[in-house]
Amino acid sequence: MTYAIECRRLTRIWPGNPPVEAVRGIDLRVEQGSCFGVLGPNGAGKTTTIEICEGLVEATSGEALVLGKSWATEAEQIRQQIGISLQETRLSEKLTVFETLTLFRSFYQSGLDPQQAIQMVSLQEKQHARIRTLSGGQKQRVAIATALVGNPQLLFLDEPTTGLDPQSRREIWKIISDFRESGKTVLLTTHYMDEAERLCDRVAIFDHGQILAEDSPKNLIRQLGAEHVVMFEVEGQDQPPEDFGAGLPGVISARSESGTRSLSVSEIHVAVPALLTAISERNLKLSSLLTRQATLEDVFVHHAGRALDAEEAGENP
Amino acid sequence: MRPSFQTHPFVQLFLARFREFVRTPEAVFWSYVFPLVMMVALGLAFRSGDEPEVSIAVVAGAAGDQLAAVLEKQGGFQVMRAEAESCRTAMRSGKVDVVVQLHETDGTTFHFDETRPGGRAARNAVNDVLQREAGRQDPLSTTDVTATEPGGRYIDFLVPGLIGVGLMGGGVWGVGYAIVDMRIRRVLRRMLGTPMKKHHFIGAMMGSRLVFMIPEIIVILILSRLLFGVVSHGGYAAVGVIVSLGALELACIGLVIASRAKTIESAAGLMNLIMVPMWVGSGIFFSAERFPDLAQPLIRLLPLTPVISALRMVMQEAAGLTDVLPQLLVMGTWTVVAFVSAIRIFRWD
Repeated sequence: MTYAIECRRLTRIWPGNPPVEAVRGIDLRVEQGSCFGVLGPNGAGKTTTIEICEGLVEATSGEALVLGKSWATEAEQIRQQIGISLQETRLSEKLTVFETLTLFRSFYQSGLDPQQAIQMVSLQEKQHARIRTLSGGQKQRVAIATALVGNPQLLFLDEPTTGLDPQSRREIWKIISDFRESGKTVLLTTHYMDEAERLCDRVAIFDHGQILAEDSPKNLIRQLGAEHVVMFEVEGQDQPPEDFGAGLPGVISARSESGTRSLSVSEIHVAVPALLTAISERNLKLSSLLTRQATLEDVFVHHAGRALDAEEAGENP
Repeated sequence: MRPSFQTHPFVQLFLARFREFVRTPEAVFWSYVFPLVMMVALGLAFRSGDEPEVSIAVVAGAAGDQLAAVLEKQGGFQVMRAEAESCRTAMRSGKVDVVVQLHETDGTTFHFDETRPGGRAARNAVNDVLQREAGRQDPLSTTDVTATEPGGRYIDFLVPGLIGVGLMGGGVWGVGYAIVDMRIRRVLRRMLGTPMKKHHFIGAMMGSRLVFMIPEIIVILILSRLLFGVVSHGGYAAVGVIVSLGALELACIGLVIASRAKTIESAAGLMNLIMVPMWVGSGIFFSAERFPDLAQPLIRLLPLTPVISALRMVMQEAAGLTDVLPQLLVMGTWTVVAFVSAIRIFRWD
């Protein structure tokens, strides 16, 4: 079958001193009708990869096929069938929502009525408002509408909810789910793991221009072998070693970060009593204890060896 | 669905540009109102007519008062009477062109600045009056005809210059700044991700500029005619041709400026680098021929110089299009060179 996106050994080196290897050999297959998430911290090479697929950046080597077509020979046909929303595009503040969508619609041979696109992002009431007067979340929905108005088979969204409030994020999630349900494909990048878990059929976790892991969110978490996390803190000067708790029954691994200790746990009903016993044997005093389900965040920590919010500089030049 | 006229991308890009322009009041002010304000202000400041030609100061005293009375009766002089020190101050500050001091015993002294325009002329004018009063007979009879007829006044010279200013501002800001702004907002990059044809975009940016220019120029021409009686002695068709080609040329210059700049700072720097030589050298407010001969070839090659010079030849000297062919040729060359290099180096992100 034809994949919506197929990347083979993609690399991209930004010239400079020293040159930046933003993408270092990415292989990626996105099935038609799925929602694929590209996850990772800033500077992981997510944007560069998605922009190669969008035809905005040329790969240094390797190949990206979109809807079975090659950017080298069929760029025009690909552009007719994809919709994109970039990070940080500021559409013209002086135009109204309707005017902006009519403009973008005019670039496509076939597509939606601008009204329809406005309806898909629930901005009917704002359709004659100038973009300047919209909130951040509404502006982002207009940006997504400009991607939808060409009635694309494949939608690219680069960090669609970054910087938005929870309500706006949920509205955008709904737009993406609705689009998915019509049987079309979405490729989105995000550094919010909850967003990926909620929306994506499959995710690829990026770090340093490479894919650390790729599977469905559920499988990735299951593969950890530890579906729960126990987080705790102990009081006092006399702190136990960083890997305290690692050998306890039901515990897979232990880490400590600025005083907060976390255990990856397979069987929570075994691990917690064992932990409490170990603490009292050492005469330590527990100051907090919390258990939660493992998330993609933990998957990233497991593969990258560091927390996701420990950001690293150096996205695009 | 075939794109109809309404939904044709060129029409939509043009409309978007038009809406952005009319919804930016400051842009409308700078392109339409500002040249008019400048025309009215300069036209009034330099209008010819009953203004005294010569301002002089006479050092107070019996003889001085008598001279002042004679000069005022003669007309054409604005006379100030004051103590010697105040007279000198008035000359230093440019209020008077010459200071006249009549001594009781040994004649008359003129104080004036040789390097200042009007200094020597004022001295000679006063001297003539003094000499005639003292009984000089001129051996030749002469008649003066002053140039106040339309076509030869400063305002007639100024209007083509201001049309040039309008075309330059429109091209450099209306095309150049607008494109850089879109690049900074990453809208250019966003459009690159659509099937939009690049020539539709460039064409709409340039085309909208040419259309915005029409009312701008018409208003200048009508107002200068109503207020100051400025007319084109060489007809308006030729003016239209020169203005259109000039607008196209300067829009292409704006396009080159905008083709790579990634920040407002670098764009502003480039705009100044290109506009300042034209402000100074292209003969907007005074004739470019005042610059040294050595600079003339360079000045004639500035993009704005041939526009203004061709307009002046047509409007003031009733020249036809064939007379301004050299100018049209320079403009055409700039248009082609600027357009081709802009397209070559244009960056969408």
